[in-house]
Amino acid sequence: MSSLEALQELTRDARALALGEVIPPSAAESEVARVMQICNACRYCEGFCAVFPAMTRRLEFLKADVHYLANLCHNCGACLHACQYAPPHEFAVNVPQAMARVRGQTYHDYAWPLALGQLYKRNGLTLSLALVAALTLFLALAAALKGGWGALWGVDLGANFYHLFPHNLMVGLFAPIFLFAVLALAMGVRGFWRDVKPATSGADVSDAAASEAAHDVLRLKYLDGGHGDGCNNEDDAFSLTRRRCHHLTFYGFLLCFAATSLATVYHYAFGWVAPYDLPSLPKILGAVGGACLMLGTAGLWRLNLRRHPLQGDAAQKPMDLGFIALLFLVAASGLALWLVRITPAATPALALLLCLHLGAVMALFATMPYGKFAHGIFRTAALLRHNTEKRRPNPIGPGSD
Amino acid sequence: MPPPACAPRGMRPTVGASHSIEAARLDVRQNITMQSPTMDADVLVIGGGNAALCAALMAREAGARVLLLESAPRDWRGGNSAHTRNLRCMHDAPQDVLVDAYPEEEYWQDLLKVTGGITDEHLARLVIRHSSACRPWMRRHGVRFQPALAGTLHVARTNAFFMGGGKALVNAYYRSAQALGVQVRYDSPVDRLDIEDGQFQAAWVQGQRITAKTCVLAAGGFESNREWLREAWGQNARGEWPADNFLIRGTAFNRGVLLKHLLDDHGADRIGDPTQAHMVAIDARAPLFDGGICTRIDCVSLGVVVNREARRFYDEGEDFWPKRYAVWGRLVAQQPGQIGYSIIDSKAIGRFMPPVFPGVRADSLPELAQKLGLDETTFMQTLTDYNRACRVGRFDHTVLDDCHTENLAPPKTHWARPIDTAPFYGYALKPGVTFTYLGLQTDDTAAVRFAGRPSRNLFVAGEMMAGNVLGKGYTAGVGMSIGTAFGRIAGANAALAAKQQKAQSLQALTATEMKANHVIA
Repeated sequence: MSSLEALQELTRDARALALGEVIPPSAAESEVARVMQICNACRYCEGFCAVFPAMTRRLEFLKADVHYLANLCHNCGACLHACQYAPPHEFAVNVPQAMARVRGQTYHDYAWPLALGQLYKRNGLTLSLALVAALTLFLALAAALKGGWGALWGVDLGANFYHLFPHNLMVGLFAPIFLFAVLALAMGVRGFWRDVKPATSGADVSDAAASEAAHDVLRLKYLDGGHGDGCNNEDDAFSLTRRRCHHLTFYGFLLCFAATSLATVYHYAFGWVAPYDLPSLPKILGAVGGACLMLGTAGLWRLNLRRHPLQGDAAQKPMDLGFIALLFLVAASGLALWLVRITPAATPALALLLCLHLGAVMALFATMPYGKFAHGIFRTAALLRHNTEKRRPNPIGPGSD
Repeated sequence: MPPPACAPRGMRPTVGASHSIEAARLDVRQNITMQSPTMDADVLVIGGGNAALCAALMAREAGARVLLLESAPRDWRGGNSAHTRNLRCMHDAPQDVLVDAYPEEEYWQDLLKVTGGITDEHLARLVIRHSSACRPWMRRHGVRFQPALAGTLHVARTNAFFMGGGKALVNAYYRSAQALGVQVRYDSPVDRLDIEDGQFQAAWVQGQRITAKTCVLAAGGFESNREWLREAWGQNARGEWPADNFLIRGTAFNRGVLLKHLLDDHGADRIGDPTQAHMVAIDARAPLFDGGICTRIDCVSLGVVVNREARRFYDEGEDFWPKRYAVWGRLVAQQPGQIGYSIIDSKAIGRFMPPVFPGVRADSLPELAQKLGLDETTFMQTLTDYNRACRVGRFDHTVLDDCHTENLAPPKTHWARPIDTAPFYGYALKPGVTFTYLGLQTDDTAAVRFAGRPSRNLFVAGEMMAGNVLGKGYTAGVGMSIGTAFGRIAGANAALAAKQQKAQSLQALTATEMKANHVIA
């Protein structure tokens, strides 16, 4: 969609809202509704994932249903390769692509504040990397202003990063960005939940539903293809590679996050100041997490580039790749910092590398609410609704009276 | 997607970098070009659907060098198998996705009922027994099963559903074939065969002659050949050519070229009636080819069906829809204009598989008649008569309930409720042909027969011989049971014949398999 079309759509929606009219579905939403109408008359793919069982509970696919189903879809591709109606069939059914387009739309429709979502949508990869560069430059300049150009190369930091950026300055830089990211994501998913809950039985989430949803998220149940062989990538063959790479990425990220959180506790509760070395817990968590994150993102990058062109929305590749690249850069620069610090020959590069690492982390948090990271939040919300909805009797009764 | 790069292991290409000048001359004489290298395969499989793939896999597993020729391009491979969804399976106890039991005798009785006895009991029972033992083999080649789909609980006991449907099955078999070293060629329609004294010699693909020691024919019926359908159905008493109004539910590539060639030019023994076919009443707006499952209209038993003259013509509540849908294609084919209209009211909404196209909707019955272009007076008379005749008991469309009509011809014997609650919906129905039953006569070794004698090296499987078991009618999933059983025995026997060994019977294959499954279990 061109920016002009997007603007026209927004204007139309705003007018409709003001007049109390029902907002007409977007082209991407209409396509999901069209495709679901065909799928609902076929249902061969019911065993693959959660989307199709959720579909059979509906006869119509209104805006909220479409947003819900789009975020349930994991883009595993199984239903595309198995589809008797996939292109070149005249019905041109492509569930993963239709869902991906709406999913992309939800990330920016529900983005808070809206304008930032629009910005990121344009070109995720360039934007991410530009942001890293800008922030790195900014940090480097700040350091140079304070300590002269000599502060950036060869200066002996005494292996202590706080000599370059004092601890309180770092906290002052990161805390607002991090808290803003959390707030923006929370506001976004709140809007999504508000729209989707009434369309998914309206019931509150039970403990059982929450625990099953957590299981689905943490194990990536719906990347197993329903049969355990995994999902598709280049062609109709199934593989567990994507699921495994995603696990490495997700759990690697969590380990790094845990390392940082633990270090915060060390700092404030015990007065143990960074840097930490082996065998300290923050170092172990960070090193293992960083390595997992690098391996996982490298794998996901490769899979993303090799994915079948019909599987998913090609227009979103920059967003996907931007996020993957940021995560990789954060992990790689983090691990490099440690290696450089303990390698005397390399220590002159320490200050610049620190600027790069901090720049990458900042860029990651700043773009989090408006890019691919949002998929985890929206999909978790959709899975919570799915596990709640499926515990209710099916409102469509091809069963008995 | 490019066709798979075929680098079969253990196969000897006749055209390659190192081949001799003599060989090259031979190649030229045989019209083999460098662009399309071929090989002297042991087993040539003609066709690219379930039966063909089963044959190719079995032959390859038996050590034969196999070449498979699929007439369709890669995107359309698999023939009608890509539209299937399950396998009707005999089982004496619950089996993974199959509940309860479906013993041989019950399966046989179901088949006897739908075919009205036009079947071969020996072959039918072999197919039935084979269906109880073949799924471990299918799994080994990547086929996955799932429990019955929502809205198909009627067949949860009898049918094992393919996860993702038939195209997923076809994909799995092609992957396995490629991994095992079967050479696959797409866009390769075979026009004719060289047969001498009932022995296969070679096949011709667009001017190229391909030789092999043995051959399996699994190239489908003739349902996509509209001229042949027209000729077979002829002209009716109303002066219509009924087949002109048929839609084809499946592939556009089953043109029956080889079937006609074998029957007419080689005098192979024939079985079946050319007008008999798996025929379903489908949405009249469905595409001419490849409409598949989703164009089915599943609300027939919940309402009434009228013809172009706005009159009912058959008991809509005779039996469960999955047991009746294959009857309605033929019923509609016999009506004027080969069209029918399924009429329901809002009470039926949500009780049947949602149709792919929205129904014609009206707030009153006269309005519905107008919108459907039916004579309003006759339509209202038909509906009023029906509504008055309904004796509503306890409606339950999951059992053969007691809601029926009295003093109405034709009666509606179950699920009869007055059509009186707006909005009303109408769906135009046309006959949709899935596959034809005219085929080659065979025996329990899957051999093609000439003047009552089995060929030593030419075998047949799938739709090209399904008429041996299915003289008429249909019951869900039996086409895949026949295709899998005969595809496998045909492939196994083609491999044996290539080694000059005697063909085995399907019975022997099933017995061996049961023993092997038992050992694994």
